[in-house]
Amino acid sequence: MYKIVSKKVLNPSVTLMEVEAPRLAAAAKCGQFLIVRARERGERIPLTICDFDREKGTVTICTQAVGASTRIINAMEEGECFTDCVGPLGLPSEFTEWDEARLAGERFLFIAGGLGAAPVYPQVKYLHSKGVPVDVIIGAKCADLLIFADEMASVCDNLYLCTDDGSLGEKGLVTGVVTRLLAEGHEYTRAVAIGPMIMMKFAALTLKPSAIPLTVSLNTLMVDGTGMCGACRVSVGGKTRFACVDGPEFDGYEVDFDEAMRRQTLYRDLEIEADHKCRIGRDA
Amino acid sequence: MDRMKKIPVREQEPEVRARNFDEVCYGYDEFEARAEASRCLNCKKPGCVEHCPVSIKIPLFIKQVKEGEFAAAAATIAEDSSLPAICGRVCPQETQCESGCILGVKGEAVSIGRLERFVADWGRENGVSTAAVPSRNGRKVAVVGSGPSGLACASDLARLGYEVTVFEMLHKAGGVLQYGIPEFRLPKERVVEPEIDNVRALGVKIETNVVIGRTLTIDDLFDREGFEAVFVGSGAGLPKFMGIPGENLNGVFSANEYLTRSNLMQAYSPDSDTPIRIGRKVAVVGGGNVAMDAARTALRLGSEVTIVYRRTEKELPARAEEVHHALQEGIHFCMLTNPVEVLGDEKGNVRALRCLRMTLGDPDASGRRSPVPVPGSEFDIESDLVIMALGTSPNPLISSTTKGLETDRRGCLVATPEGATSRPGVFAGGDAVTGAATVILAMGAGRKAAAAIDEYLKNRK
Repeated sequence: MYKIVSKKVLNPSVTLMEVEAPRLAAAAKCGQFLIVRARERGERIPLTICDFDREKGTVTICTQAVGASTRIINAMEEGECFTDCVGPLGLPSEFTEWDEARLAGERFLFIAGGLGAAPVYPQVKYLHSKGVPVDVIIGAKCADLLIFADEMASVCDNLYLCTDDGSLGEKGLVTGVVTRLLAEGHEYTRAVAIGPMIMMKFAALTLKPSAIPLTVSLNTLMVDGTGMCGACRVSVGGKTRFACVDGPEFDGYEVDFDEAMRRQTLYRDLEIEADHKCRIGRDA
Repeated sequence: MDRMKKIPVREQEPEVRARNFDEVCYGYDEFEARAEASRCLNCKKPGCVEHCPVSIKIPLFIKQVKEGEFAAAAATIAEDSSLPAICGRVCPQETQCESGCILGVKGEAVSIGRLERFVADWGRENGVSTAAVPSRNGRKVAVVGSGPSGLACASDLARLGYEVTVFEMLHKAGGVLQYGIPEFRLPKERVVEPEIDNVRALGVKIETNVVIGRTLTIDDLFDREGFEAVFVGSGAGLPKFMGIPGENLNGVFSANEYLTRSNLMQAYSPDSDTPIRIGRKVAVVGGGNVAMDAARTALRLGSEVTIVYRRTEKELPARAEEVHHALQEGIHFCMLTNPVEVLGDEKGNVRALRCLRMTLGDPDASGRRSPVPVPGSEFDIESDLVIMALGTSPNPLISSTTKGLETDRRGCLVATPEGATSRPGVFAGGDAVTGAATVILAMGAGRKAAAAIDEYLKNRK
């Protein structure tokens, strides 16, 4: 069993949990994901690995309640156990394979939207530990939903915050900040965008003229997460790829985001139905 | 009684079973089993055994059934197979043991599969323990994958005294027995799980949620976890798609996904948290056993189902029994038909499958007549859900993370008939080597590899 050793409620819909999974923690690299099941008969839910502690044997996950299963996860408390936790899955971020010579001269811009700040954090932390300069933009709907600002501030060079309503940082979208930074003459060799599909789509459109190589991380639907089912297929450069084994990170300029967004909605009507299904006596 | 005819087996009525997930076939009772067993001629040179990939002592166990010695029959089968209740249900007996039966020359072969199933079910229901825990030799062997090949390999090695750990990447043991074959052909709680428990009773440890190639590599198993040999039975792999326009529309699924949702995740049950889309009109593309399983699953979920296949009934690769059951249940067959495009509505949902009519041309390399499109024969099959059951290509998880492990052109692991790979100490078998095949062939490969691993480890010390 996979015990929740600590839980932090970041905002009403987002929790951060540190989960005991020693083998997973030992093998995890940034950019990868894992799959949890909250209970018997539970759904397999893919979540990006937000941090890992090899000595403690724990991994950190950040969950946003978007449907029935993620709500069940968020209701779990410290000391409770996930029935299953498996990973690391997918390929690590490309730069984790680079040596110091390859990393020298690089300057990264990370663009995080909403929950995306959580998976961005270990990547920034890793690059910072290698001495690579990193700027980070975190955007959210409002101040309450903006997460990981303090953690990020300690591992990046410049942190830019923005909210749709202006309740924290600049008022506006992450793409506005990107445009401003580029206009001000900030130079980057690489960009990474992680967040809602729609944000990644517009991050790609905004960055395209600059030709800065852009990586995005796709949170598609999945069942097994190991290549068996094909639920996660995405069109990248006109070719069908599986996000679970070929990704989850892809070239941001090659991804067909419109298709990816459409595929994400596949179970939305069933999800609404599930929300209304009477579950009294079932959730014990 | 006519010796030339099989004792018929009772089944759920087609119109009833088309609406539930309970097992189709009830199996023989004691009386029926003994009657069927008495048809066996007990040949001196039994053709059935020759045609069994795991060489079960068929005439002996059938004789024991005839005499009412069911516990003895269970023990006889257990000497060669650890999964008889499963194999009795899903083996293609007609092309294996029963194809070697002498009665089959003039009449119908002895119903070896149904007798095997009867014995295994009787043993389980009457608490017959066939597993004696052998003494341990202290040497560790790892098995990758808890499907048929892995379980067969693990039980043989455990019987030889090895300490065996099976690593399974999903949350339940069984591989294709759990995620692939539907409940109505192979009940999970009643048949699969007890049979896997029998393997555990031999001392085999099964660890779920471990992805070899990710959580641990093959090298970790040797260097960090102290295993002296590894058997890779990781199964078939990634689902194939046709590469036609519209395949990524909402409502196009691989059979693997559809079946995994329904079987492993039990999405057919209202208690499951996993959703499954239920189509009004479902088109299943392909003609193998997996296509039949997907079609019959969709039917039971309430859909009207059409199987689309580019050759004719005669060439269908599925078992005759599966095709027969599917037809009985009311599944439509649209033969000599090949999809060229999936059509969608303005929201990106599937609305139809555009197809071409085919004719059969000259035989190809496999001896099957290859389908040729009829020009201008385009037509649409109205469907809101399309399931692609076109086979699989090998999963690169292990080959791409293990140095010195040779693969063939298709990406399957290269192994000798005994199961040895290009890397010393690493053995492989089942679908990971052959590409998608059958449960029993995988078990046969697992057993052969177990013998080869024993030989290898004996010589090593």
